[in-house]
Amino acid sequence: MFASLSRLQRYYLYYTVGFLAFIGALAVLERHGMPPRWIGYAFLCFTISMYALIGIVCRTADVSEYYVAGRRVPAFFNGMATGADWMSAASFIGLAGTLYLSGFQGLAYVIGWTSGFVLVALLLAPYLRRFGQYTIPDFLGARYGGNAIRLVAVAAAILASFVYVVAQIYGVGVITSRFVSLQFEIGVFVGLAGILVCSFLGGMRAVTWTQVAQYLILIVAYITPVAILSYNQTGNPVPQLVYGQVLQQVTELEERLFNSPAELEARQLYRERADLYAQKIMQLPQSLSFEREQLSAQINKLKASDAQMKDIVALERQYRDLPHDPEQARARWENAMFSAVDRSKPPVHHAEAFPGETVEEQDIMRINFLALIFCLTIGTAALPHVLTRYYTTPSVRQARESVFWSLLFIMLLYITAPAYAVFAKYEVLSHLAEIPITKLPGWVAAWAKVGLVTIEDINADGILQLAELALNPDVVVLATPEIAGMPYVVSGLVAAGGLAAALSTADGLLLTITSSLSHDVYYRIFRPDASTQLRLVISKSMLLVVAILAATVAAQKPGTILSMVSWAFSIAGSAFFPALVLGIFWERATRAGALAGMVVGTTLSIYYIIRVEFDSIPVLGISGFGMEPWFHVQSNSGGLFGVLAGFITIIVVSLITRPDPRAANFLNAIRFRNGDDQ
Amino acid sequence: MTAKADIHWRKTRRLTFVLIACWIFVNFGLTWFARAINEVTILGFPLGFYMAAQGTLVINLMIIWWYNRQMNKLDAQYGVEDD
Repeated sequence: MFASLSRLQRYYLYYTVGFLAFIGALAVLERHGMPPRWIGYAFLCFTISMYALIGIVCRTADVSEYYVAGRRVPAFFNGMATGADWMSAASFIGLAGTLYLSGFQGLAYVIGWTSGFVLVALLLAPYLRRFGQYTIPDFLGARYGGNAIRLVAVAAAILASFVYVVAQIYGVGVITSRFVSLQFEIGVFVGLAGILVCSFLGGMRAVTWTQVAQYLILIVAYITPVAILSYNQTGNPVPQLVYGQVLQQVTELEERLFNSPAELEARQLYRERADLYAQKIMQLPQSLSFEREQLSAQINKLKASDAQMKDIVALERQYRDLPHDPEQARARWENAMFSAVDRSKPPVHHAEAFPGETVEEQDIMRINFLALIFCLTIGTAALPHVLTRYYTTPSVRQARESVFWSLLFIMLLYITAPAYAVFAKYEVLSHLAEIPITKLPGWVAAWAKVGLVTIEDINADGILQLAELALNPDVVVLATPEIAGMPYVVSGLVAAGGLAAALSTADGLLLTITSSLSHDVYYRIFRPDASTQLRLVISKSMLLVVAILAATVAAQKPGTILSMVSWAFSIAGSAFFPALVLGIFWERATRAGALAGMVVGTTLSIYYIIRVEFDSIPVLGISGFGMEPWFHVQSNSGGLFGVLAGFITIIVVSLITRPDPRAANFLNAIRFRNGDDQ
Repeated sequence: MTAKADIHWRKTRRLTFVLIACWIFVNFGLTWFARAINEVTILGFPLGFYMAAQGTLVINLMIIWWYNRQMNKLDAQYGVEDD
């Protein structure tokens, strides 16, 4: 068995065993009193130095090694590397929480982020591999000819990848600041160092082999806590198989709890609070000055009556914290109103598909569920950092097979995430709901301290109602080790896994941006005669510049940029998918068609997202352009329209322009080869 | 284009389109009826929930596996070189 493994497989087996031994050693040390903070440092140092080691061993001065790992990555390992490349900080930390909060509706992410690989396998990977160049703009440039399409492709690739990479580096900052208590900004630059050690010296070759190492860590880290939790709750350590029974218990608990008198009362109180805020917002600015007068009158009265100093100070603080002007008051009160409205809504059953009170509401849920799947699927099959991975296998056959391995390795995480959510929900419904607030388990208070859990006893009965509890989605994965009563070493493991997920995705994205700039723009367009050495120097300096730029942006904690990550799927999907697929399967597709389709599709996606999502852009001083969504489709699925428009535009424009005589040759070369060429 | 390459491409295309049709049926067709099929219970899961959380993913993996198997056969049959 062992002898049948390849040299590489044996290396990674040693590595995995070494990592498990390291965890074991830390567990023993913790029992002997090693403080949690040191455990965090140990994980951080161990994993990052492993990545650095691989990065240094894989350093290279060869262009083909730097861009496509010398095309020597076997299917199995390319699958693992793609898995790490694909699964981001959001998949690792956020997905289970999203599933916890939205139940069935969240499963759109589980389907959407996996089913795109069928499209990659059947429509793209074999053809990209047989084409055998370096980037996605390369492919489009060769198929359609001309620099214009290359530039549009580069712009779309950078647009889709840059926000994404910022979000990964931000994720690193969050994880390091939470688990090793580094300052957030320092954490961001630790992340930057972690990314550069992998990619700077060795390009794609080093990134590939570190991604394999990162995949192993992240999957162990993701599955371990929930397997232990599953064993504790059901006696079976395979959570994916048994959470169906737990889901049934959850449904029973939901039925008992959702409409208890105390819950109804709490929700009614939130509704009243929301109404109060709505009234206050309507009566601005009088309501603000009225509130100010009332508070100062109260303070004066207390002062006059020699009340306790403590009460006066509290009221004075309240007075100081009042909004400064009507503008700020409106923003703040609207937030408070929406949060109260959210809590006043009757909760949704976890397993219920397309929940809604009327058939119409259910249909809107259904349309959005399918639209989101569509968008994420097409986006998955079009994100350049994933597609370039299929240039790195030794053959077309291995490219096809590596998509199979990719999906298998990715599925392990996506099949586990819904189990996380159900176990967490069971825990909340059985050990938190209807429990006196003073007797809540310890992890609630610990996470309330950092603001990820909020509890408010609105009906003042001293007992926690579900409506009074709010969880940040991240808490589900982060707190599971504590919920299951595991030692801190497991929390450290989860942090190391999240770090691996964020770093590996950031590496892949960064390399995509860099090769777009250095290979497609500099080498292909400006200096086709550049020497190999110069091309590598340009690549490495671009990498450094882009990485530092991304880290600098991430250090500002840009809220809007983080919410723009979901746009990447719509942008990549509408820019690349129609042009690639029609380019491969339809000989008649022409340059003008592809160019028009890419521009129209991407523009429409961005236009739709912006107009549905925002009503004004204060920086540009424009406002009042918000619009009603088409067919009730939410802005995060805006790519639906962009992709369809892209396909239609390419077809129509191609049919009215002259066919390209060179297309047939190109297509023959990527569809079939029997030894004469190459 | 040689006749051999032509037949190979036609067969590849047919396989691709049939499998894509299956994929659309499972990922979008079945999912559309998730609410209805949730009435059925399998392994303790409501069927609609199970399909979205696991079933669809497994079927997708099998589609890729089947495609690879058929393409390997087809390539061998028509003597497609694989570097």
